[in-house]
Amino acid sequence: MPTVKAGLQYSDEHEWVAREEAGTVAVGISAIATDALGDIVYVELPEVGSTVTAGETCGEVESTKSVSDLFSPVTGEITEVNPAVTEDPAAINEDPYGVWLFKVNATEDGPLLSAEDYAAKHGGDL
Amino acid sequence: MPTQYTALRTEHERLGANFTDFGGWQMPLKYRSELAEHHAVRRSAGLFDLSHMGEVWVTGPDAAAFLDHALVGKISAMAVGKAKYSLICAEDGGVIDDLITYRRPEAFLVVPNAGNATTVAAALTERAENFDVTVDDASARTSLIAVQGPQAESILLRLIPVGQQEFLTTLRYYAAVEITVTDLNLLVARTGYTGEDGFELFVANDDATDVWRAIEAAAEDGELTPAGLAARDSLRLEAGMPLYGNELSRDGDPFAAGLGGVVALSKEDFVGKEALAQRKEAGSARKLVGLTGTGRRAPRSHYPVLKDGVVVGEITSGQPSPTLGVPVALAYVDLEHAEPGTALDVDLRGTPEPFAVTALPFYQRQK
Repeated sequence: MPTVKAGLQYSDEHEWVAREEAGTVAVGISAIATDALGDIVYVELPEVGSTVTAGETCGEVESTKSVSDLFSPVTGEITEVNPAVTEDPAAINEDPYGVWLFKVNATEDGPLLSAEDYAAKHGGDL
Repeated sequence: MPTQYTALRTEHERLGANFTDFGGWQMPLKYRSELAEHHAVRRSAGLFDLSHMGEVWVTGPDAAAFLDHALVGKISAMAVGKAKYSLICAEDGGVIDDLITYRRPEAFLVVPNAGNATTVAAALTERAENFDVTVDDASARTSLIAVQGPQAESILLRLIPVGQQEFLTTLRYYAAVEITVTDLNLLVARTGYTGEDGFELFVANDDATDVWRAIEAAAEDGELTPAGLAARDSLRLEAGMPLYGNELSRDGDPFAAGLGGVVALSKEDFVGKEALAQRKEAGSARKLVGLTGTGRRAPRSHYPVLKDGVVVGEITSGQPSPTLGVPVALAYVDLEHAEPGTALDVDLRGTPEPFAVTALPFYQRQK
């Protein structure tokens, strides 16, 4: 079973959220998501400076088999996107929790689950 | 329909497969990376479980005449040992399935697609009424294992007793031969769905695990990669081969699909002949073509194909091509836009992206 990393928070749409010291949050996608998607070949990320809304689409993730919307787990302004991800999308498959996609100066969280609750609900290994 | 597993379920679990439902079967989608599996088939060899496919044996004095009646091809003209790609059509000319028929010394083996196996077996049984034949649906007791890729022959040769190796090395494309390995009886066909050289092995369910393991053991480290349905689909798309449910359907038209050549209208009679003759006469409004893009986003099934903003077609299959490094797709487009080189757009979720009509197949192996 795909792993769920402890200490992170998760959305029902399979994004993970990591709190950073700067007060921003880093967002990535869980191993449950990468496992379901298959090999990721293309990622479209929101632009720096744009505003994202919790629960709304802010990009897309394309694998060999399918396309999925990328949802923002929080509301706020995009402060940074990871250029390495658009260059080498396969890195997400290799290390879903090590590769963040974008960072948000979050003003509000969407509904987020603890790692324990997310693993229990979506069937991952903590 | 209850979910079924093939006789190789334990092997797939051992190899860490992700399962997916396909035509009522739980089949391996991939083991680790579908891209790695795809490349393995192009560069060395892949091992596939295709036991979800159907196997229907047709025997009896009228077997050849019966298949001439039931399928659109001239099956009776096929020599013993050969295989033939054909279609089974309804009276109205709609495609019930595409299938391969193997001529054995005493029988014919018809291999329909997984999701259609029961329908095809039933249609054959119904069409057999006025013929002296027996139609035996052996799907539930037969497994099918494929070894595909440039190393397929050398791997299989290591399994085969010296006295029978020539059977394999001289086996032509679209032909089959029986080979006995220790006490395992294999019907080995040089067919496949990947665009590579390769073999498909029909075995009894009871022997499937032994055969699978023997092939694994015959391969050297890194030479053979178990491959799932995801790789199978990207390989067949690069090879420009139609998939039932995407390019072919009951509403579809063999001529529009580029399969007019397999419809033997010269035969005296067969199910669907009249309707198909009319369709050929009337001509098809659309034609199945290949599309190649230059960006990174791939068209997917049902996306609209545009010319100057007007819809002129629809995607049936599309993916990033792992071998070519660009997105490729199959689509039905209006005849006037079907010439290779024609510039078209595909509506990729609201954004038109440029594509060009490309002659099929997208990928052809070097022989």
